Amino acid sequence: MSNWLPLTETDRSEMLKELGVDSFEQLIEFVPKDLRISDLNIPDGLNELELMRKTKALAQTNQSTSDFMSYLGAGCYEHFIPSIVNHMLSRGEFYTAYTPYQAEASQGTLQTIFEYQSMMSELTGMDLSNASNYDGASATAEAALLALRHTRRNKILVSKSLHPDYRSTIQTYLSGDDYVIEEINWSEKGFLDQTQLLASLDKEVAALIVQTPNFFGVVEDFEKITEKVHEVGALLVAAVNPISCGLFKGPGQWGADIAVGEGQSLGVPMALGGPALGFFAVKKALMRKIPGRLAGMTTDRNGNRCFTLTLQAREQHIRREKAGSNICTNQALLALAACVYLSAMGKEGVRKVSEYNFRSALYLKEQLSKVKGLEIVFSGTSFNEFVIRSKNVSVSDIQKQLKDFKIFGGVDLGRFYSEFKDCLLICATETKTKEDLDKFVNAMKQILS
Amino acid sequence: MNKETPLVYELSQEGKKGFSLPHSHFDSSDISKLVPESLMRDPEMDLPSVSEPELVRHYVNLSQKNFSVDTNFYPLGSCTMKYNPKINEDAARFDGFANIHPLQPEDSLQGIMKLLFDLESSLKEITGMDRFTLQPAAGAHGELCGMMLVKSYHEARGDMKRKNVLVPDSSHGTNPASAALFGFNVVEVKSDERGRVDLAHLKSLINDETACLMLTNPNTIGLFEDDIQQIQKAIHDVGGLLYYDGANMNALLGIARPGDMGFDIVHLNLHKTFSTPHGGGGPGAGPVGVKKHLIPYLPTPLVKEEKGVYSWDEDIPDSIGKLRAFLGNIGVLVRAYVYIAHLGREGLKQVSQDAIINANYLKKKIEEHFTVPFPGFCMHEFVAQAVKQNDLGVHATDIAKRLLDFGIHAPTIYFPLIVAEAMMIEPTETESKATLDQFVKVMLTIADEAVEFPERLHEAPFTLAISRPDEVKAARNPILTYKDYRASKDNNGSSSISTTGVPVHAG
Amino acid sequence: MNFPSELKYSKSHEWAKQDGDKIVVGITEYAQKELSDVVYVELPAEEQETQQSKAICIVESVKAAFDIYAPVSGTVVEFNKQLEADPGLINRDPYGEGWFFSVTPSNVSELDNLLSNKEYEQLLSQEAK
Repeated sequence: MSNWLPLTETDRSEMLKELGVDSFEQLIEFVPKDLRISDLNIPDGLNELELMRKTKALAQTNQSTSDFMSYLGAGCYEHFIPSIVNHMLSRGEFYTAYTPYQAEASQGTLQTIFEYQSMMSELTGMDLSNASNYDGASATAEAALLALRHTRRNKILVSKSLHPDYRSTIQTYLSGDDYVIEEINWSEKGFLDQTQLLASLDKEVAALIVQTPNFFGVVEDFEKITEKVHEVGALLVAAVNPISCGLFKGPGQWGADIAVGEGQSLGVPMALGGPALGFFAVKKALMRKIPGRLAGMTTDRNGNRCFTLTLQAREQHIRREKAGSNICTNQALLALAACVYLSAMGKEGVRKVSEYNFRSALYLKEQLSKVKGLEIVFSGTSFNEFVIRSKNVSVSDIQKQLKDFKIFGGVDLGRFYSEFKDCLLICATETKTKEDLDKFVNAMKQILS
Repeated sequence: MNKETPLVYELSQEGKKGFSLPHSHFDSSDISKLVPESLMRDPEMDLPSVSEPELVRHYVNLSQKNFSVDTNFYPLGSCTMKYNPKINEDAARFDGFANIHPLQPEDSLQGIMKLLFDLESSLKEITGMDRFTLQPAAGAHGELCGMMLVKSYHEARGDMKRKNVLVPDSSHGTNPASAALFGFNVVEVKSDERGRVDLAHLKSLINDETACLMLTNPNTIGLFEDDIQQIQKAIHDVGGLLYYDGANMNALLGIARPGDMGFDIVHLNLHKTFSTPHGGGGPGAGPVGVKKHLIPYLPTPLVKEEKGVYSWDEDIPDSIGKLRAFLGNIGVLVRAYVYIAHLGREGLKQVSQDAIINANYLKKKIEEHFTVPFPGFCMHEFVAQAVKQNDLGVHATDIAKRLLDFGIHAPTIYFPLIVAEAMMIEPTETESKATLDQFVKVMLTIADEAVEFPERLHEAPFTLAISRPDEVKAARNPILTYKDYRASKDNNGSSSISTTGVPVHAG
Repeated sequence: MNFPSELKYSKSHEWAKQDGDKIVVGITEYAQKELSDVVYVELPAEEQETQQSKAICIVESVKAAFDIYAPVSGTVVEFNKQLEADPGLINRDPYGEGWFFSVTPSNVSELDNLLSNKEYEQLLSQEAK
């Protein structure tokens, strides 16, 4: 029997005897006989060595970033993760603990959540952050729900340059009620189309949801737009890449009411896009309406500083059908990853990583713009991603040929936007050296010559 | 006793650093020439500067303030705190699983796609369902997915008036919350004197407005809903659907299947039954399985196999859409795959058998001292009540806190809501008889203490880093960040937070 | 427990008191005890319309949250701003400093649908059984 099961045959028969039965079957007499099954049609168990071989073989069938040089981004990014992050995550005391409901036995988890909340608030420029949501897309959808609830209105405006998966997640989450979702286009430079926005902005709007850097990698200035949104009593929801906040203003600094997004960039491996880290930060006025868990500082009976889950009366386990959100299990361990990552980086490291990403993508953008047959699509400032158009060779041909160079050369933007069938969304982070980028540029030159 | 650990901020010192980053060899001109001023951040942000050895000690010290499955017996009912096998952790960290991008070409992802496809096959077989989506990130996310499927199913049939979702009064809070979040009207079904769904009450509530019934089986009291066949017939007769909350699936592996009981939709909590770690609150995974008639509405994409080649199936015209970005909590799914592959058909069966034996053994051993409200054998967990202790002025919470002093995590308390002074106990199959016997000994000691010095139990725990936290203070004047904390110190302990500034109700 | 005779009571444990042309609303001593320490009240906005027996605001303790139902229909004229800083007033002085809000009733006779203190006490003793 499995090495994960401590009961011996002797234990079992002794225990059954204590229970006054002869066989296990007698314990489950409440399960109707015609519902019972005799066997499962799944393979016999494997021993640890066989299992290791089999699983490793599956892993090796995939091409990872060790096999291919990757320029893929689009909401999931390859970043350097300091060793310390995985080591702290691998502490059994952290990863095999439950949600810290028993504060006295969970001070470790609670304090790290508090530290995470502190650092995320600082990075985004918001007043407070919850302990995490599932991912950037579901956090954005929950932000829409919060805005609808808070303003008691029924319309949401969404920037069309918000990540397509985020937009469809908002759509799915809101499809249970009669809410109106209106999409706002982008302008030539890749910024939100202000004319269309102003035409749509009225007192029925609960929130405008934008993203910066947006899906095309363009960093936007929403300060004036936010004022307009506030003038009609609506909220501004900003989806941001937190690592970009090392260099660019955080959403709280330009007036956003809710900052959400994907925190995977902060010490979490890509892992095919999950588990990732949805973050959710708000201004104080929304404190008692934020979804998810919050750790707060208080004192114990002896007056010592300590931590506990707080404002729980918002949550489903107390408020049931009247709760603002149904979230229970979240992404706590990934929030711990972000906590350790941000502690290790500090303000200097976060700034450095952010600047490196910016300079690296800028260099690549400039070099690729010089390649014959390629042009940069949007002129706005970018962070670590940008869009290029290939005028002569199809995107699928480019990608096919890049395979010979062992390069994943960006995301086919036509997958998400039919008007960009001839475009690639390309990302460069601190994981690439100048030589790496030159190699990519040279490959593109060869393919397009 | 004060074992306060400083905040990481309080370790910070200018000039220290915890990172080692490459130098940039790109254009080194002044950043302010490259970034417009209106977008640029003031570099002063309050993040700590701490060296790596200090950080390691900080977080390891903090970890040691936690109870966990690796260090303690953790009989937290409804949460299935079983052992988290270490090989699962190794596998999830393999380069070929951890460092792959969701938008890579399909031919570069065949290994993980096969793994996901095979995991789905196992889950189908274990539950008796026809297809699974692996997208939902948690149980509640799965429930929300289920509610969406219910709505799509009825509406596709032109049946627009099904607005009611029924939940038992013993259900998890997420059930009513998920239904309400998606716009359904929640109707509560009473439990009967046997702790099961009151069939007569259920029948009085259902009609052509019934969208579905959400049911946990075994239920949150740990009892098998033995009327399940009548329940499913009643619901289906009025055209409603039956939703299975898989929180308690650990009782049924290889014993019975929700699909055979007539459930149309099932969610599983891989972080419960399939041993993926709880992580201090997550991540989990809540795959949703359906019967044939609901396949057309599943979220996109699914994994498809043709002649040994795997691809993403995005072509699901009636799909409810996306529940999240990309594909799911893949790292969690890898762990569950490894778990199932190690145990195999015999091992999985033994898991549920041992879980049930362990729970019944504990129940039998303590029921003389702690009231067990419903007679008969339980499944994988049971509810006991601190009723006798209550008469002495000792409550479930006092017993829970006192258990911590003995190095045992508290059971789930005050849940389900229908049982007074409830303590929900779930030992799981990965605990030895010796551990169970020790637990019994401790529980009996506490029962004695409740008689001898009830007052003292109000002060428990005595041996941990902290005593009971002041939760009222925490909620009245929330300190949620280091910035709040500093402000509260500046204000000399008075309220640090004002909720004024923006109206509570706009519009 | 104290249930002043000059007040009217609802089955959902609110009290109502006529004060000139407005009606002041709060929760009963029984309700505050059931709740335990109140940590937060989500008050209605001024000029918000109320409807008899419809939820109008929320009161929270650490472990519970309850809807407050308007005992009469009308328009909110004032709410007790002191509760924001000191929600404990509800526990300490439920019929005085711990009042919630006041309403201009649209139909004063709705007060007749409410219970007297004797009837309310009777209701509580029935619920206890």
